[in-house]
Amino acid sequence: MILKHGLALALVTVLSLPAMAEDTAPDTAIQNFTLDNGLEVVVIPDHRAPIVTHMVWYKVGSADEAPGKSGIAHFLEHLMFKGTVKHPAGELDRLVTEIGGNGNAVTTSDFTTYFQTVPADALATMMDIEADRMRGLVLTDDVIGSERDVVLEERRMRVDGSPQALLQEETTATLFQNHPYRIPTIGWMQEIEQLNRADAVAFYDQYYAPNNAVLVIAGDVEPAAVRTLAEETYGKVPRGPDLPARVRPSEPVQDTKRTVSLSDARIGIPSFSRTWIVPTYRTAEPGEAEAIDLLSEILGGGSRSRLYQQVIVKDGIGASAGASYDGGAYDPSGFTIYGAPQPGHTLPEVEAAVDAQVALLIKDGVTEAELNSAKARYVRSMIFAHDAQASMANLYGSRLASGGTIKDITEWPDRIRAVTAEQVQAVAAKYLNPAISVTSYLLPPETTGAQ
Amino acid sequence: MTNLFAFPRRIAGLVTVLSALVLAVPAYAEVVFQDVTSPKGINAWLVEDYSVPIITIRFAFEGGSTQDAIGKEGTANLLTALFDEGAGDLDSDAFQTKLDDDGAEMGFAADQDAVYGSMRMLADKREEAFGLLKLAIQEPRFDQNPIDRMRAQIVAGIIASAKDPGTAAREQWAKALFGDHPYARQSQGTEVSLASITADDLRAFKTANFARSNLHVGIVGAIDAKTAGETLDMLFGDLPEKPDLVDVPDIQPTFGKDLFVDYNLPQTAIYMAFPSLKREAPDFYAASLMNQILGGGGFSSRLTDEVREKRGLTYGISSSMMTLKHSNVLLVNTSTRSDRAAETLTVTEDVIARMAKDGPTPEELASAKKYAIGSYAINELSSSGSIANTLVGLQLRGLDIDYINERADLLNAVTIEDVKAVAAKLLSVKPTILLIGPPLTTAENPAPAEPATPSVN
Repeated sequence: MILKHGLALALVTVLSLPAMAEDTAPDTAIQNFTLDNGLEVVVIPDHRAPIVTHMVWYKVGSADEAPGKSGIAHFLEHLMFKGTVKHPAGELDRLVTEIGGNGNAVTTSDFTTYFQTVPADALATMMDIEADRMRGLVLTDDVIGSERDVVLEERRMRVDGSPQALLQEETTATLFQNHPYRIPTIGWMQEIEQLNRADAVAFYDQYYAPNNAVLVIAGDVEPAAVRTLAEETYGKVPRGPDLPARVRPSEPVQDTKRTVSLSDARIGIPSFSRTWIVPTYRTAEPGEAEAIDLLSEILGGGSRSRLYQQVIVKDGIGASAGASYDGGAYDPSGFTIYGAPQPGHTLPEVEAAVDAQVALLIKDGVTEAELNSAKARYVRSMIFAHDAQASMANLYGSRLASGGTIKDITEWPDRIRAVTAEQVQAVAAKYLNPAISVTSYLLPPETTGAQ
Repeated sequence: MTNLFAFPRRIAGLVTVLSALVLAVPAYAEVVFQDVTSPKGINAWLVEDYSVPIITIRFAFEGGSTQDAIGKEGTANLLTALFDEGAGDLDSDAFQTKLDDDGAEMGFAADQDAVYGSMRMLADKREEAFGLLKLAIQEPRFDQNPIDRMRAQIVAGIIASAKDPGTAAREQWAKALFGDHPYARQSQGTEVSLASITADDLRAFKTANFARSNLHVGIVGAIDAKTAGETLDMLFGDLPEKPDLVDVPDIQPTFGKDLFVDYNLPQTAIYMAFPSLKREAPDFYAASLMNQILGGGGFSSRLTDEVREKRGLTYGISSSMMTLKHSNVLLVNTSTRSDRAAETLTVTEDVIARMAKDGPTPEELASAKKYAIGSYAINELSSSGSIANTLVGLQLRGLDIDYINERADLLNAVTIEDVKAVAAKLLSVKPTILLIGPPLTTAENPAPAEPATPSVN
């Protein structure tokens, strides 16, 4: 399948893994500096192969869109491939292809990212073109209509043809009552249809500037040489006006248990999820996001988790059960538990069994043994993360584009190790209140509810 | 699934400014493939690399789900779910706990042609991790509880997707192309076939398929050749020399069929199957370059230009060569708003017909070669896992260890006449076509009063 100008449908999927740090790191001195025009630069040397990953992260995503303009961040991302005076439409793709590289772009609620992986000696050219389109994009009306049609097809493919995706979209719109995370990144259909050239240019002029971006270069490069190249390319792009603080509309106090259901003839086995809004790494009190990460792992992170072991193995009633946490989001985001029954068992049975595990954890906490195992899994995931250049670039880019620092990443394993069993129990008790949550049901037809 | 052409390919126009960037040296020059043979004679390909303190091993036993007995479809797939569910003296819980404590990740999978295994470990836990892998390979327990649990999960998956039009489409498609051949079977099995599989069936399948002569191994990371050789003997040295495999015949897919799954969807999915070529065919490289120019997964292919860029009919359209051990198909697929599916189909057929008639331009071919050569390292050698995967994949295709050094010459030797000839040969055949969506609307058969999707303009 072609994945061009992609879109992460979760609020932030780029950094949903705990892969956020280096610990037993090999000898790769990561460099971090800022150009005079405000562009922050990270260089991650990796000399295993003569390849480099070049990424620009703009600190803007769909949650920064104006009301009524949903989808403009993602639409502009597509339009960014329509060329500049110096490098006409299609040239970047052709060039990357010519040298055997690959490239793409991704929009999330919080970021818009453009990247290429190319032979290391092509880095200067990538930087030249990427810097050029930071301010030099030329948009004409004739490219707008057909590219908007492409985006509409993308929405039909990813969302409208999938009951799972439709339910997810409307669950998120219910979970967030005021924060723009409630609006899908790809946009609502009727608003995408109205997006035009003026909208795209206005968004571009407002947000695309060196002082609103992070440049990440990972690969077979020398930091000093990268700095010189960065000054010769990106350094020539004028600084944009200072942007106001990135403060999105915040959530009111939530008081209710809300339910979203979707029935569809294509569904063969019902399923449910329950979601709460919880703090993320950027917004949490010190140690709290780490504790939520460990809670997610212990409760529902794979086949050693409580949910899997109890609901699927011991009770034998679940076909699936687990938990997930989106700790990388810029603003408070979702913590989710989910499950589906084995044939012969019912959704209410599974839902009750999953709830029982949450209640048990809140009541009795977690054991030292399971806490230590979860910590060890996270800490070693950092070592494994070094094996893939692109995942290292993602790790640093997403953190720094959220306003974080290199230290946030390098010290993460120590912060994970410091979490106590009491802290895990405390965040579970504090945030996983079933009376204030959003539950979604994906059901076969003719089922009217989950009771 | 391993697939030689799983990586994206695109064509490129010539851009003079950039000619200086063309690589003079293959980018994978620093990745050295070593041929390792263990004291007991087991062969593996090794890439030593100490830059990250981890070791990755991947291996494949040729055979796969085509070896499932008639009526026991799904055996290979179920088998692969059970290797971490107990081995030797360790039951499921004890095995998984130890695996977790030792910090290793183990995985098994099957496709039609092979059963695959892999493990990724921290270098300082090598002995513990390989010890568990040895147990899994040599002494899997196949206890009844895990069998029942994993079977139930697979059955749940089958039931969950049974009413999806894509499921019916997949079954029709496989039957139409492959008839009664094992490739037409659903490798996950059916509720009925899964219910009949016993621990003895799993044991027998494992014994018949896990042998030394049909084994291919790739090892990457912080391990030297001597240790790798000793490890090979420990893991595989006690397996039987030869497997006991059922013969699987080659099959030429059936072309020219029209299939349709009628379902009211906002998009119509379009699949087209054309003939392709065996990996060993003399014009295989010409076909792969032609495929790349036609629709090789990128943004500059002819199909992407015409269907996506110029007309906005789709988010994605691509062509790909599916090269199986006993068959091969060139697939084109896309999805498009249902009220314009007929138009999309026509445009796609026109692009294909033009390629069949005229072949590519010399510029397109030159660019396709550069991409195919230059992209190898980035696409195939980007991490320990992908390198190990490549090592095993090359062996499964019967290529020798010097292949990555010879590959560029093989591609460069392809002439435009070769590509024209192969395009005419493969793309002049009437394809088998599958549509999933509402009925096509055409001038003769106008759109229904209430279209499946809101009108855009």
